[in-house]
Amino acid sequence: MSFVPGQPVTAVVQRIEIQKLRQGDKLILGFSIGGGIDQDPGQNPFSEDKTDKGIYVTRISPGGPADVANLRMGDKIMQVNGWDMTMVTHDQARKKLTKQKEDVVRLLITRKSLEETVRLQLKSMLS
Amino acid sequence: MDNESTYSGYSYKSSHSRSSRKHRERRDRHRSKARDGAMRGDKSMVIQAPGEPLLDTESAMADERDDNWAETTTVVTGTSVDSISNEDLTRLSKDLEDSLPVDCRRYVSPALGAILGLFSVLSPLAFLALPQLLWRDTLDPCGTPCEGLYISLAFKLLILLISTWALFLRPPQATLPRFFVFRCLLLALVFLFVASYWLFYGVRVLEPRETDYRGIVGYAASLVDALLFIQYLALVLLEVRHLQPTFCLKVVRTTDGVSRFYNVGHLSIQRAAVWVLDQYYSDFPVYNPALLNLPKSILTKKLSSFKVYNLEEENSTNNSTGQSRAMIAATARRRDNSHNEYYYEEAEVERRIRKRRARLVVAVEEAFTHIKRHQSEESPTSSPKHPREVMDPREAAQAIFAPMARAMQKYLRATRQQCYHSMESIINHLQFCITHNMTPKAFLERYLSPGPTLQYLDNNRGLQWTLVSDEPVTASLHQGQVFCLKRLDFALVVTVTPLPFLRLDEEFIDPKSHKFVMKLQSETSV
Repeated sequence: MSFVPGQPVTAVVQRIEIQKLRQGDKLILGFSIGGGIDQDPGQNPFSEDKTDKGIYVTRISPGGPADVANLRMGDKIMQVNGWDMTMVTHDQARKKLTKQKEDVVRLLITRKSLEETVRLQLKSMLS
Repeated sequence: MDNESTYSGYSYKSSHSRSSRKHRERRDRHRSKARDGAMRGDKSMVIQAPGEPLLDTESAMADERDDNWAETTTVVTGTSVDSISNEDLTRLSKDLEDSLPVDCRRYVSPALGAILGLFSVLSPLAFLALPQLLWRDTLDPCGTPCEGLYISLAFKLLILLISTWALFLRPPQATLPRFFVFRCLLLALVFLFVASYWLFYGVRVLEPRETDYRGIVGYAASLVDALLFIQYLALVLLEVRHLQPTFCLKVVRTTDGVSRFYNVGHLSIQRAAVWVLDQYYSDFPVYNPALLNLPKSILTKKLSSFKVYNLEEENSTNNSTGQSRAMIAATARRRDNSHNEYYYEEAEVERRIRKRRARLVVAVEEAFTHIKRHQSEESPTSSPKHPREVMDPREAAQAIFAPMARAMQKYLRATRQQCYHSMESIINHLQFCITHNMTPKAFLERYLSPGPTLQYLDNNRGLQWTLVSDEPVTASLHQGQVFCLKRLDFALVVTVTPLPFLRLDEEFIDPKSHKFVMKLQSETSV
């Protein structure tokens, strides 16, 4: 998940679709995010590369919509409903996730274990 | 009762001390004030000490009470054992004031100061000239040292004259009720110096016909030095001492509550009063008596709500107090809705003023578009066909005044300013603005906000203010003092507070120590 500035990012991503849950008069997703280009990347416990300023999932509330949709803690969110999340501020990310008019969000997330899985699969396919 | 003792104490003190004070004042007024003499026909303010009318009303009130109270009261009049009576006082002061015409009184004291100054400046020259004139033959010839002294004397005299002209040759701005202590001190000092020098000169030089001319020249030079030092003292006492701010004066106008704060230095009450009045004329918006009252509809409704019927017999004496007390209690108990009406009335007035103001602004803008400055070079195409009429500013102003006159009049009526601006003055102002290429907004600034009082004054007559104070007005300011400056229909109340003592500390922050880190990761739940 490291990136070289100026070069396109390549990553293995997984699509996750989360249905928002109505709680009171708000629609919630049931997880917490951290990170952003205006935050300190060195404090991020989930990133490999401590200069990565992307948006990470920091907490999943058990039983919530994100948990049901198989989102894991430590996932890096690359896109939300088509909007890029690799170069956004924390607040912009929050806004894209909490649009009250949409009741489903489609995320592209990446995690380290995905690469491992893909590599293992390729090895098993080739061998 | 305590009333009597207070009255008697006041009247005894005031009449006794006032008579002697008045006499002393008269003497000093003819002898004192600054040594300046130029004529300038500007405003002057006569500030008078608490005048006789105060005493008259008190003694009148005391007389009234005599009728009502029982027989054990003492009758209080304006006289006491040692002084002349009140009527004599007023007669005396009126006679003295009437004898000199008003404008002359302003210039008597500067003229005296000027005479004294001239005399003191000419004295050294006289010291030098008299031996030469009277016993020239017997004088010791005096060569180079004398010439050196002549040169120094000449330059010192020149400097003395220039600085006197620069500092003191100003017309006084105000006539103060009591003599100005510092000025009198300085004039007395000058007089003393010069008199003692002349005395010494007369006894030691003129009588024995002293032949040592160098000594005489040195003596004259020492007089000029002494005069320069007195002038330094005058500069410090009159001009410099009060510059460093020490007190903060709060000035409040009693009728509409407009207030300002000013910083002054060490001054006596009367000087501070003059200073405050100078600032008043340029800082305070003009006093408009029409703007003060609550609309009549609200007030009359409140007052005339109760009718009181008198059920007792007609010659009961303390009916009035009982009645008013009952009314006050009743009005206090009843639910009061007049604030509502006041609020809506005020909103309505505000709206009306804004509407008229909008109409006025539009009318003025349109009027100004009718007029254009005429360029001196003529373009050949336009002149033969349409010879435009060329007007001077006055005619131009009259031409464009007509379309805006009605809007202006309605606006001035709405803001109750119509007494301050006559049609003539508006046209004059319009002419002034046109001549100086001002925009309509610049023309209107005079009418849209009430300007300082100075704008509405005519400078021909002096202005009369009365200074009211508990303490003698030559005392200097100190904390907690209050004095009033009264005119006929309003007053300014001045409160004195000292400026706080400041403790200033130093702290050094290294410019390299300004470092920043990003905030901790913030986590938001979505």
